[in-house]
Amino acid sequence: MRAGTPDWPCLPARTAALAAAPSAVPRRSPSPRSQSGGAWQRREPCGAMEEVCARFVSQKISKARWRPLPVAALQPPDVFATGSWDNEDNRISIWSVGDVGSAGLNGEYQGEPQLLCDIRHNGDVMDMQFLDQERIVVASSTGSVTVFRHHQNSQTLSASHRWENAHCHADQYTACGGAACTGVICNNPEIVTVGEDGRINLFRADQKDAVRTIDNADSSTLHAVTFLRTTEVLTVNSIGQLKVWDFRQQRNEPAQIFSLTGERVPLHCVDRHPNQQHIVATGGQDGMLSIWDIRQGTMPVSLLNAHEAEMWEVHFHPSNPDHLFTCSEDGSLWHWDTSTDVSEKPSFLHQGGRSTAYFSHSTINQSVVSAWLSNDPTKDRMEITNLIPNQTLSVNTLDVLGPCLVYGTDAEAIYVNRQLFA
Amino acid sequence: MEELDTEPPVTVVPGADPARTQLCFEWGPAEMLLCETLFGPRGGERPRGPSCVFVVRRDQDIYMETLRKLFNESHGIFVGLQRCEEERAVRARNAQLIQVSKNYRSVIRACMEDMHQAAISARDSALHSQYSIQVSILSAMELIWNLCEILFVEAAPAGPLLLRLLDWVQLHICDVDNMVREVLSSENPSKHKLFWNVVDIFVLQGRMDEARHLLSKEAIANPTSMNMYKILDDLMKKMPVPSVGNTQTLTEMELKWQHWHEECQRYLQDGTFASSSHMESICKILLGDENAILEKKELMTTWYHFLVTRLLYSHPTVKPMELRFYAQSSMDMFLGEESSPEPLDTILMAAFEFELHQVIKECSVALSNWWFVAHLTDLLDHCKLLQSHNLYFGSNMREFLLLEYASGLFSHHSLWQLGVDYFDHCPEYGRVYLELHIERIPLNTEQKALKVLRICEQRQMHEQVRSICKIMAMKALRNNRLGSALSWSIRAKDAAFATLISDRFLKDYCERGRFSDLDLIDNLGPSMLLSDRLTFLGKYREFHRLYGEKRFSEAARLLLMLMTAHIAPCSFWMTLLTDALPLLEQKEVRMLQSLSTLNVPRLGLFIAVQELHSTPSVLSRAGGIGMTSNLE
Repeated sequence: MRAGTPDWPCLPARTAALAAAPSAVPRRSPSPRSQSGGAWQRREPCGAMEEVCARFVSQKISKARWRPLPVAALQPPDVFATGSWDNEDNRISIWSVGDVGSAGLNGEYQGEPQLLCDIRHNGDVMDMQFLDQERIVVASSTGSVTVFRHHQNSQTLSASHRWENAHCHADQYTACGGAACTGVICNNPEIVTVGEDGRINLFRADQKDAVRTIDNADSSTLHAVTFLRTTEVLTVNSIGQLKVWDFRQQRNEPAQIFSLTGERVPLHCVDRHPNQQHIVATGGQDGMLSIWDIRQGTMPVSLLNAHEAEMWEVHFHPSNPDHLFTCSEDGSLWHWDTSTDVSEKPSFLHQGGRSTAYFSHSTINQSVVSAWLSNDPTKDRMEITNLIPNQTLSVNTLDVLGPCLVYGTDAEAIYVNRQLFA
Repeated sequence: MEELDTEPPVTVVPGADPARTQLCFEWGPAEMLLCETLFGPRGGERPRGPSCVFVVRRDQDIYMETLRKLFNESHGIFVGLQRCEEERAVRARNAQLIQVSKNYRSVIRACMEDMHQAAISARDSALHSQYSIQVSILSAMELIWNLCEILFVEAAPAGPLLLRLLDWVQLHICDVDNMVREVLSSENPSKHKLFWNVVDIFVLQGRMDEARHLLSKEAIANPTSMNMYKILDDLMKKMPVPSVGNTQTLTEMELKWQHWHEECQRYLQDGTFASSSHMESICKILLGDENAILEKKELMTTWYHFLVTRLLYSHPTVKPMELRFYAQSSMDMFLGEESSPEPLDTILMAAFEFELHQVIKECSVALSNWWFVAHLTDLLDHCKLLQSHNLYFGSNMREFLLLEYASGLFSHHSLWQLGVDYFDHCPEYGRVYLELHIERIPLNTEQKALKVLRICEQRQMHEQVRSICKIMAMKALRNNRLGSALSWSIRAKDAAFATLISDRFLKDYCERGRFSDLDLIDNLGPSMLLSDRLTFLGKYREFHRLYGEKRFSEAARLLLMLMTAHIAPCSFWMTLLTDALPLLEQKEVRMLQSLSTLNVPRLGLFIAVQELHSTPSVLSRAGGIGMTSNLE
């Protein structure tokens, strides 16, 4: 799939496009190579040569998340959770891709994902995060936030705690009508949720009531949240703003506001660079990828024209942040690779697990700064691959961990790629 | 209107009793509402009791959980088929269409297997039978589709046609497979009581090599009749078969075949096989003796198996157009007097007769879903086989069936997204259907609204875009989420609604003395120009900011501009003028002179306000709390 020497040329700066953009940020319009050769054949059993395994699951998938690996683990992840939306009967399901019985010669596990267990969920699953190895926090369109526990011995799921009406509209007529909880992020034991009601909640997994609630934190809908540091979170909203909130401050005001000037294009997703906390990526309604440096300025460092419709999720690779993944309503999933110099590719690429990332920390630092924050499009090289050849319906979610990618679509299918960097 | 050639089937609605009350109904897009009226059966009053409303769904298969993967996966194939370019060479295009057809079939097969698994694991017997029925329906669909693929999509010529039909029979007559397996796995197959049955099955299906393999085992066990076996084996080996490539012409093949046929005839007549009835009957089958073949009726199980066997041994070079005669007579001979053809038989017969429209029509009547006919018709249309046919209503058959199928999808709470692409590929009415259906999608979250909105925006459906945004804006307004409401109306470019919301903001300001949702108002940007009131709101807030930053002269200039631009609502004039008062007292601001340019009635008002200034309590009620406290 990838040749020895990348044939993807340096991205030229599209200076002509700048005239249309009122912001001073250089805007680039990369277009991905479509994946050549490796396009998988449907209905073939997942064999050793297959890159992607698919399974139709009879429910539209809104979220998919790998179960985190134990700290010292070296093997690739093998269990993930999915949530569905827009069904009369929505479900949280746990899947396994590591069928131990049929392990291949090189320890590669094959076969399509197998359902381990599932449980009903009230309302659409809007967001979902693993709190630890066993617990999953799920945000619902009804406004409740539920912690599910996956009992690995009996392979069952149960709801262990629920905050009803964590998000709600308090209008003059009714006491409290549920408002969709749109985003959740965990940093065990802390859980932060945001919602259509513009509220930010800080929960602790073991406490019944919210530790901190910021009502009307945002006048528009908050679409996503992520941790910046232990006490700070980042939120994105439907008028194109990125806000930093510091829970140490008692004021119910954001510590900092960044915005896409002028256009007010809603932002749908946000992720922070795993090693360099000041680098933040967001995805917008127009499919644009924005990279921000929250140490300076109030505007994004670079804007990259990407998808043709809403970008639903953006993820830096947790242990290999030269790689970034985005998925969109237009049915595409892009792999952004800034580590174009093949000879310098760090060795930890081949192994999953966060622990191995420390080996080449210093080398990452140098290469990444120039890659994601570079303002000079002629200097940086970025290889972009569209991982889905025949796109139709929206790819709502993706998750990457180690060498594994999972994504879910509105075409009611989940896909697993276990050789991301092969 | 066309005459109906069959009586429409009666649908019994469980719970509705026409003998008790009269029923009335209302058509919906893909379902029908049925309700009990106040009238009894003869026009009198109906017996007392609660009356019910029933929802009658036309396409009930849409609601089968296991069929959802059929709908989803075939959707991808459908979209791929519509996208593929027309300009390809004829041969390449044909190969591509065959591949598409095979993909559809493999989806049906995969779904069938899942359904089969579900049937096995179902503990509930009702559920089990429901799944089993679905399995048989799916397998019938695949059978029909496969035949259509051979006859219409691939349009196999004489020669290869027979080979395809043999494959078709081998693939679908799988009842006998168990018998074969049982015999082959026994210790001594030639002693098994079903041994000859299995040999016959192989011969009937044209699986010569397998038949010969079995016979050789029997021959070893019977050294005395070795010669007889050898001759039969030789005959079976020599049987000419049509070649797939162009290595031999049809005439060549017919000559060879004639020669072989005569050889068989000779052996039969000189009584070579007289000592074994089994082998004699096989030889008769090889000669295409209809009675000998019919004797094996229960091994063939269906008339179309009989048809293919008969063709194999009597007319191997049958031309497509001759099929109809053999098919009809085979069915008559096989079914005999006692049984009448079932819907599946009629459909297959129509296919053998190359009556495409009849096939589609019979399938529409017999099957409980639109999926099959819609996709098959679309494929056949891409093969350019349906072009002459126009309906007396709607546009053409392809579009009609796709519209029906997609409407069914839209009535489903979750599958509606698939329907969009089907409507897109209906050139005549697709858009209208989509417009009518998309407005009826319930919008319970903003995310779903965004997805629906994206569908509308991609298709320039401005009316629907406005309506969706308005719904969302109203919802937000009802929930007191002014910021969200304003965002939605800005997205829809709905000036009237933006004005309404701006008024709410101004009212809130008057009541509370401070602005809510500053993060939004401060960031309106160019969208501020959507409505005058919104512009006023944004600029008035800017005035506050300037004032707060003590940039009084700029603030005064802006305030003056707001007064002179005639965009302030009348009710807000008082507040504006109150705001002006402190500025009048600033030395560096030459406001008074500028104010004199205002026309007289407003100046009158201004003086009135100046009088108010002496009584601060009134002033604070007028709205300038924030400002006055700032000043003092």
